[in-house]
Amino acid sequence: MSLMNVMRQIGSGFGSTLIIFFFTLLFSMPLGILVALGRMSKIKPLSVLIQGIISILRGTPLMLQLIVVFYGPYYLFGMKLSTGWRLYATLIGFSINYAAYFAEIFRAGIQSIPVGQTEAATVLGYTKVQTFVKIIFPQMVKRTIPPVTNEVITLVKDTSLAFVLAYQEMFTYAKQVSAAMSSLMPLFVAGLFYYLFNLVVTIAMDRIEKALSYYN
Amino acid sequence: MSLFEIKNVSKSFGDLKVLNDITVSVDKGEVVAIIGPSGSGKSTLLRCATMLETMDSGDLTYKGEYAAKNDENGKSVYAPPSELRKIKGYFGLVFQQFNLFPHYSVLKNLCDAPVSVQKRDRKEVEKEARVLISKMGLEGKENYYPQQLSGGQQQRVAIARALCMNPDILFFDEPTSALDPELTGEILKVIRQLAQEHMTMVIVTHEMAFARDVADRVIFMDGGYIVEEGRPEDVITNPKEERTQRFLARFSENG
Ligand SMILES: Nc1ncnc2c1ncn2[C@@H]1O[C@H](COP(=O)(O)OP(=O)(O)OP(=O)(O)O)[C@@H](O)[C@H]1O
Ligand SMILES: [Mg+2]
Repeated sequence: MSLMNVMRQIGSGFGSTLIIFFFTLLFSMPLGILVALGRMSKIKPLSVLIQGIISILRGTPLMLQLIVVFYGPYYLFGMKLSTGWRLYATLIGFSINYAAYFAEIFRAGIQSIPVGQTEAATVLGYTKVQTFVKIIFPQMVKRTIPPVTNEVITLVKDTSLAFVLAYQEMFTYAKQVSAAMSSLMPLFVAGLFYYLFNLVVTIAMDRIEKALSYYN
Repeated sequence: MSLFEIKNVSKSFGDLKVLNDITVSVDKGEVVAIIGPSGSGKSTLLRCATMLETMDSGDLTYKGEYAAKNDENGKSVYAPPSELRKIKGYFGLVFQQFNLFPHYSVLKNLCDAPVSVQKRDRKEVEKEARVLISKMGLEGKENYYPQQLSGGQQQRVAIARALCMNPDILFFDEPTSALDPELTGEILKVIRQLAQEHMTMVIVTHEMAFARDVADRVIFMDGGYIVEEGRPEDVITNPKEERTQRFLARFSENG
């Protein structure tokens, strides 16, 4: 098989990889903010419960979590698993897992903002929601860009874990082609794809960081 | 009727009683200075007055409207949120650490709350803000971010931000303590000017000479009590109480 052919085959899985990447970010970031707020809640049972869930999600393998999400409906409710479920289970598993990581990053970011910011806003009459949306959130975004970038880079590589649910993303194709050709070359090609993908991610995050550097 | 009154307020943090049955009332146009040693409860009193802390017991009124009132068991009960929101419009607070919003320009620091909290017309607010900015000697700094300004300039922005809400009374908690000595003068000058314009103010300060000059009344606090209160020429120049005398003596020794 020619290099061109290998690249086309592996590239055909790139769309699926992109889908996992994009939707995971789309769901896990807002979810992460909600989880972070719940984790900081004054309602003790809620905060303890969320802390426990975060601990489990960060302390067990993502691969295991994906399998549990995928087979859960079958073992718990005896439901028949459709083919479409592969993608949904993948996205649910990834989103929940990454939300746990983002939640901890966002919480640290929010708590690093001097309490005087909230106090100034309170005295000026901002509501709690206004204070969060206008004062705290924008400062949190800026402060958390470096750790968020790390997570996003990890996510690019983690998308390959979707192969355990036989969801046909880039890595699944690379392994198949590699086995068929008895060659490592396709895996190198896949590695190059992931690397380039991350290069783009890094540049994009750098841009965002620069755009937010208009203040200190 | 006083513009502001906090009556029989007590406040504890755990076992530590920080305010003991304190009553302060301020009339329109009055300038009151609060002095006292570190830990005497000055900031806590201001934080109770501005509702950053809740009082354990005591009444709090602005313009005769109750923000909090003792119930029959002597515990402070606060007014419903809608009422408190209205009362919050009556006062402003200037912090020791400025607490400007770093992601907003000077102009936006001033205009955002009047527009999004008081729902005033943006154009009008901006016009007013520009007047305040030049009054504070900050012309040309409208589009600067707080971090690009000196401490003294930042504190002037903070004062302008509070004034832009058109408060009836302004509280200051050690407005010059975070500043280099050469920058305190510019802040004191601004406050002096406000006093001449009959802005009602309550100022916690360690600047004795300033308190003596600018205040109509001085309150000396120690250990969560008001020890002495009166005209500055009495309290600062000729204190009656021994504790006041000791505090002021230590003060003149130190600087
Ligand atoms: N949130 C809090 N939790 C526990 N203790 C507190 C809290 N805030 C203040 N205190 C304590 O209450 C006492 C009074 O503090 P406060 O800040 O009102 O004093 P202050 O007169 O403003 O002192 P300074 O001149 O140093 O600013 C101090 O002993 C302080 O440690
Ligand atoms: Mg203080």
